[in-house]
Amino acid sequence: MANPVTITREIDARGSHCPGPLMELIRGLKSAQEGEVIAVISTDPGSKTDIPIWVQKAGNELVAVQDLGEGAAKFIVRKHVRK
Amino acid sequence: MFGPSHPAPQQPLPVPTQAIPPGTANRLAIVLFSGTVDKLMSASILATGAAAMGMDVEIFLTNWGALAFRKGDYKTNTRVSADYADYHSTLLERMAAKKVTSWMENLEDAREIGNVHIAACSHTMTLFDLQLSDLEPIVDEVIGVAAFMERARDSAMTLFI
Repeated sequence: MANPVTITREIDARGSHCPGPLMELIRGLKSAQEGEVIAVISTDPGSKTDIPIWVQKAGNELVAVQDLGEGAAKFIVRKHVRK
Repeated sequence: MFGPSHPAPQQPLPVPTQAIPPGTANRLAIVLFSGTVDKLMSASILATGAAAMGMDVEIFLTNWGALAFRKGDYKTNTRVSADYADYHSTLLERMAAKKVTSWMENLEDAREIGNVHIAACSHTMTLFDLQLSDLEPIVDEVIGVAAFMERARDSAMTLFI
């Protein structure tokens, strides 16, 4: 891979209900540095709509969404500080 | 049809000049009238979602909504809307089994990430002999209905729950 993504923090929010996983991601990114990559794992179906919409709105970057099976998905997000 | 004693219609009061046109502020206003867990939960999740999406949130606690914020009340409140009385035990059992975050925690989370202002209705407060200090610290102040209307008027959305 040309640019391997290093996930500095992975938050396991499995079992947390809407909007819990999104809140975990927001909290995690709050303390992250510009360019840092954070992942959140969610089993809440709402995360599939909420996290991409929030990431775009807040000006961050959705690097990838991985299906982990059993209803879980991993959302990998890079932080961008709004200029 | 109103009879002779009914007062004649008066000229409407002059409307003050407004700084912001109605419905344009990036704010969700909620009239929180209900004090049952099902509705408090909905209100708290909607408030959290709005805060996450960068909206300000203005919550006006009135009637049962205000009573639900009395100090410590949320810890023992297991009321569910009477319309869904048949779901009462099912809802509470599921919420416990699935470790659902309480509505109060949701509101605290919303405040952590956004601009969430919570005000209690002065009418309810006087009706039930309550002071601001009788309510949970998450409540910012006691206001009258006109002050809330002024905030709701220019909000992009207003919900009655």
